[in-house]
Amino acid sequence: MSDTTVKSRKRRGLIKAAGALTAAAGLGFPYISRAQDKPIRVGVPTILSGRVAQLGISSRNAIQMEVEKFNSAGGLGGRKIEVITRDSKGKPEEAANNVRQLVNGDGCEIILSAESSAGAFAVQEVIRELKVLCLHTNSETSSLTADPKIRVPTAFRTCRQGIHDAIVSAAYAGNVAKAGGLKTWMSCSPDYAYGRDNTSLFLEYLKKFNPDVEIIGETWPKLFQADYTENITKILQAKPQALYSCLWAGDLVSFVDQAGIYNLLGQTSLFAINMADYTTLTAVKNLPAGIHSATRYIKTYPATAENEAWGEAYHNKFSDYPTNWSWENAVAANFVFEALKKTKSTDSAKLAEAIRGSKIKSPFGADGSVTMRAEDQTLIGYAMGWGTTIPKAPYVPKVTPGDWKAVLEHEAEWKKKMGYA
Amino acid sequence: MDFQALLSCFSSASCVVTQTTGGLISGMLLFLVAAGLSLIFGTLKVVNFMHGSLYMLGAYFAYSLYVATGSYTVAVIGAALGVGLFGLIFERLFMSRVYNTDVLMQLLVCYGFILILDDAVKIIWGAEFLSMGMPAAFQRPPILLAGGVLPVFYLFLIAVTLVVALALGLLISKTRAGKIVRAAAINPSMTSALGINTALVFGGVFALGGLLAGLSGALAAPVRSMVSGMGFSILIESFIVTVIGGMGSITGALVGALLIGLVRSFGTIGFPLFTEGIMFLFMTAILIAKPSGLFGKEL
Repeated sequence: MSDTTVKSRKRRGLIKAAGALTAAAGLGFPYISRAQDKPIRVGVPTILSGRVAQLGISSRNAIQMEVEKFNSAGGLGGRKIEVITRDSKGKPEEAANNVRQLVNGDGCEIILSAESSAGAFAVQEVIRELKVLCLHTNSETSSLTADPKIRVPTAFRTCRQGIHDAIVSAAYAGNVAKAGGLKTWMSCSPDYAYGRDNTSLFLEYLKKFNPDVEIIGETWPKLFQADYTENITKILQAKPQALYSCLWAGDLVSFVDQAGIYNLLGQTSLFAINMADYTTLTAVKNLPAGIHSATRYIKTYPATAENEAWGEAYHNKFSDYPTNWSWENAVAANFVFEALKKTKSTDSAKLAEAIRGSKIKSPFGADGSVTMRAEDQTLIGYAMGWGTTIPKAPYVPKVTPGDWKAVLEHEAEWKKKMGYA
Repeated sequence: MDFQALLSCFSSASCVVTQTTGGLISGMLLFLVAAGLSLIFGTLKVVNFMHGSLYMLGAYFAYSLYVATGSYTVAVIGAALGVGLFGLIFERLFMSRVYNTDVLMQLLVCYGFILILDDAVKIIWGAEFLSMGMPAAFQRPPILLAGGVLPVFYLFLIAVTLVVALALGLLISKTRAGKIVRAAAINPSMTSALGINTALVFGGVFALGGLLAGLSGALAAPVRSMVSGMGFSILIESFIVTVIGGMGSITGALVGALLIGLVRSFGTIGFPLFTEGIMFLFMTAILIAKPSGLFGKEL
């Protein structure tokens, strides 16, 4: 074999190798490059039509605002987040179908379930099967995460929880009742799962914190009832000194407007847990002073520059006010961002491990941060408080903060009693 | 069930006054919607499933007019006329084309418009609920009568709806226009053969039904928050009223609405967990005793 032949073979080999490399570059490298550029798809099933559409829209807005910040800061090593929203119309079966479609059809790797409690429980069962990371952002029903039988390893809750609210609310109301001599109480709450659970827990803890309180009656209007006359006249007949209500949104607005013309609130102190949310506060045209309410979302509580800036940024961007659901979704988005940065992965199990027990800075935290408690994968440390309304901004000028130490102690007892711990 | 509380209420003048007034106001606003529904069915023989949407439009029209003018009177009259005009246009352009078709086709047209109007409301007025607020003239303490509480605004609403009920009754039973409507309801072909423009009569009746629903929505606007889809619940109650009173009967609508209002008002004292159930039981009992409703043969 001559040198020329050997050189020729070497040259052909080099040409082949170069060709193969070029082909690999043409096929393989762009593939890797596309994987890096491929957006991380986050699915958001929520309620965008019907009577509570406003809450779903405010959830989507909050997620959008946070995602834009994340993406403009470079995303995850260049990968941007793409949000895909689907409307469940408030129907649990639609919510469950939407999650399947988002994961299997749209390729979503993470779910932010901005559903009400009815939808959240349906979504939870789909997540149990699909094993995708899911953060429930709006369901306050305690059992969703408190009950070990319902809990799912890759599902978390980033919103208020009924038992937390009940303890803080009853502690505040119990103290006000002691100071003001409010002994006779009634309740007027919507007749469905949330209304009944919330009210029974509140009354249970109210009696615990102030045994002098006597519950003299109850009235249960339907959800989305237009006319509260029959409920108001019943309350007038019973003449309670105080009234508890977990009516919300337009229902609470109608109730307050109709109670006003009977001068009910001149005779009875109203404790309306859902009053201090901008959409409700601004909808009541003649907002009476002195309604006791929990802070759902107001930019003045927590009274920090970060919270005020977030509330104003939302208002400036959407020409609308954020709701209670808005901050809860913003928290969810930020837990996801932190987990993505920490794991540099979209693997659900890894992300869940990163979120479980983690603590992140947040404008909505009682001390500037919120924690995802590991044992039941639910949010703690968020700002909760109660105060009385005035007819104009800041609407609830003085807020009595909830005591998280007391909340956690009573919650632990409650879990034992319910067989959850 | 709390019979003790109910007996105690009946033995207390203040309770009777407050609950009766409450029942009357709920019933009278319901009457306006149900009367329109009944009138349209009685004359046109179509069930207007989108009647609740006309109530919703009345509330939103009143809200916009009140914001623009600051006058509740202008808001109420303008809204009622506006919805009446909308009803006329809707009847001429759409409903008139499905009078002689299957009831499913009529249902489809109405349901389509329920969805269209709900979305239109969201586009125009937003998805957030709105509240008109109480007009200044009615921002005054309630009147106390025998210990019972009578809100001034509700007394005004009862008076207005009574006048409307009376005027409507006279219009249908005593005027030439009413006679034509009744004739068209019984035999439209013969009425047409006598030279009367029945298309105009049908359009007018639909407009009147719309006007009544719009008036109800406008009158209720200061005390009921407005939101897209709000017409659905009042539609269900209106159907119950028309079934109790008899489809097509204005008197039946009035009696049915007042009965429902009073049953709900006193039911919430005696049967707090079964108020809705009582309403349906009441309807069932009427249907068994008199399937055509209490005044089913009228008009």
